[in-house]
Amino acid sequence: MERQEYNITAYTENQVGLLNRIAIIFSRRKINIESLNVSPSEIEGIHRFNIVIVETEEVVEKLAKQIEKQVEVLKVYYNTNADVIWQEMALYKVPTDVIAEKVLVERLLRENGARAVVIRKDYTVFETTGHREETDNLIKALQPYGLIEFVRSARIAIIKASEGFHRKLQEFERREPSEEVAENEFLNDREQVFTM
Amino acid sequence: MSTQTLAQPAASPAAAPETTPITGAVATLQALVAEGVDTIFGYPGGAIIPIYDALYDFQPELNHVLVRHEQGGIHAAQGYARSSGRVGVALATSGPGATNLVTGLADAMIDSTPLVCITGQVFAHLLGTDAFQETDIINITTPVTKWNYQVTRAEEIPEALAKAFYIARSGRPGPVLVDITKNAQMQTFDAPAYERCTHIRSYRPAPVVRKEYIEQAAALINSAKRPFILWGQGVVLGKAEQEFKEFVDKSGIPAAWTILGVGALATGHPLNVGMLGMHGNYGPNVLTNECDVLIAIGMRFDDRVTGRLDKYAKQAQVVHLDIDPTEIDKNVKTTVPVWGDCKETLPLLTALVERKEHPEWLARFNEYTAEEVDAVIREELFPTSEELTMGEVLQQLNEITGGEAVIVSDVGQHQMVACRYALQNQSRSHVTSGGLGTMGFALPAAIGAKFGAPHRPVVAIIGDGGVQMTIQELGTIMQTGVDVKIIILNNQFLGMVRQWQELFHQRRYSFVDIQSPDFVTVAAGYRIAGQRVDDRAELRSALEKMLAHPGSFLLEVMVTKENNIFPMVPQGCSVAEIRLR
Repeated sequence: MERQEYNITAYTENQVGLLNRIAIIFSRRKINIESLNVSPSEIEGIHRFNIVIVETEEVVEKLAKQIEKQVEVLKVYYNTNADVIWQEMALYKVPTDVIAEKVLVERLLRENGARAVVIRKDYTVFETTGHREETDNLIKALQPYGLIEFVRSARIAIIKASEGFHRKLQEFERREPSEEVAENEFLNDREQVFTM
Repeated sequence: MSTQTLAQPAASPAAAPETTPITGAVATLQALVAEGVDTIFGYPGGAIIPIYDALYDFQPELNHVLVRHEQGGIHAAQGYARSSGRVGVALATSGPGATNLVTGLADAMIDSTPLVCITGQVFAHLLGTDAFQETDIINITTPVTKWNYQVTRAEEIPEALAKAFYIARSGRPGPVLVDITKNAQMQTFDAPAYERCTHIRSYRPAPVVRKEYIEQAAALINSAKRPFILWGQGVVLGKAEQEFKEFVDKSGIPAAWTILGVGALATGHPLNVGMLGMHGNYGPNVLTNECDVLIAIGMRFDDRVTGRLDKYAKQAQVVHLDIDPTEIDKNVKTTVPVWGDCKETLPLLTALVERKEHPEWLARFNEYTAEEVDAVIREELFPTSEELTMGEVLQQLNEITGGEAVIVSDVGQHQMVACRYALQNQSRSHVTSGGLGTMGFALPAAIGAKFGAPHRPVVAIIGDGGVQMTIQELGTIMQTGVDVKIIILNNQFLGMVRQWQELFHQRRYSFVDIQSPDFVTVAAGYRIAGQRVDDRAELRSALEKMLAHPGSFLLEVMVTKENNIFPMVPQGCSVAEIRLR
């Protein structure tokens, strides 16, 4: 099976130590996490992990199941890049005098969709969001003009097919789950593969 | 991520229960009592003194067994859990006390043993300061616990422990660790009446069983010509022995066991065709690659069971019953996954399978058994050689106990002999370290097993290597007076490693010739009766004397030095390539 980038999305309780519990599922198998974002979800008290790794689907499915098995994890999804809308954000610090003097730089920033966040006498901070290539392009462009500092965020991704997590959470909070409970999704998918 | 405690918003303030001011230490012990705990295994130390202080007033309600090492404590708790089917509880202090639990936690994790371990921790304000006996036990134990939690305030204790017991025993069981800082043990708080935990929204221990998979599984089984059942400890953990037997009896399908599943179906049952795996029986291994439908129940296709995976049961359609969805498709691709508690799924399946017999297919197993008896078993159990064999010790023991004893085995050659030859009339009759292969497990686990099954004879079977890893627990036996029979099968070698060196490393016996003390004298030092046997003529009477002895007894049996365990599936070979010699 082909190795490619997968986006793993996990909804979890906000609990001390859970980040480690999830991280060691990867490190135990010597799998590198390419990108990791953890932040509060749209639901109070529930956090959302976005994890990017390069692996085969077979491995990713096993990892997703292992993550979901953790007591404080509510739900895990995994998607290829084609199945998600994703963005990374980048900040660039460049000397203000160069920006002010060189029109070329201004055009570069416009072409790359950058936005000024802070303008000071000594430096200016620009921001872009986009895919890796897009934020990389601006680095290359700014490098000759004295790029002082650069930082990129982890990837965040919206799942194209997702209907959100609110309804799912209500199922989790019920003591007696319905027949269509969320946890059976791994088995639901299998129906296409295995038929009697 | 931010710090959030366990406290959830109160459900209904109108029905607020009455509260009583107590210390965190007392709340801890009250929680244990409320969870039905009667025995705890532990060792005191600085950071857990407040709990031990409170424990003083909980005697004899909470029987505390003082072990000689925390590893002994947790293995004893494992033995207790395995023989009784209840949650084992171990208590240790911070730092080295806590780190000494790690091997036992790893063992319990891989063998799905329900445990609640409580460790003391330094004061909350000292966390992260490298305080005396401070260690980050939460992070150390994260990979080897099903769940762990650090309590820093007394008010968290009842809910943390309620969650701990619920998580440890529900779903696929496992070990849980609760680390309690000393200030939390000492604080007084207004404790509400203890409430057991029955629901955690992010945790679904057992799924809703999907009927269509039961139907698919039944159709596959009913159409099978050469069906074969593999069962594991899931049957025991699910307390589904009766349901399993009804399934086997009705379907008439030959069934073989993993070493942790042993005894769920009695050894003497006509459809029990034996043990799977590297040193399992001949027929079950060879015929795994000839069956047409493989029905795996509560087992996880460990590499010691499957041998080479890409040559494992490739011809078969696989039905896998398991409560843990991560096990389904993990190692062996399943045709029909039956995800659920086998206590629930097995009766549903039994209702749909046709009552059948498979005489010709079963005869194949019996033919292989006959071959194995000729090549291996007869000489092992009834040797013609002068020296004693491990197998004949088991054979004599079987004849005396009739399969009624709880066997606790350590790790190595003697373990394989004990698994292969010990008669098992009922479930929970063989406690051994399966997944982790922890040498030193058996002596402390036998102590715990006896507390967990006080009315059954408990016989520990240990090698001369393993026993020296936890031999200090003879002190626990001495002090508690617990009645444990100990058989040391002494081949004067680290036998299993020696066997591999003989077979695969040109007999280069690198550091396997271990010397032992005079075990009988050591036992005598602990005021435990003992005897050493190296003559066949004395074996039977020595075993009878041991079993009849009031209280513990250590029997050292000198056996052949260089015996090998066969059959054997060599590493990297398929189960069909199993060797008889």
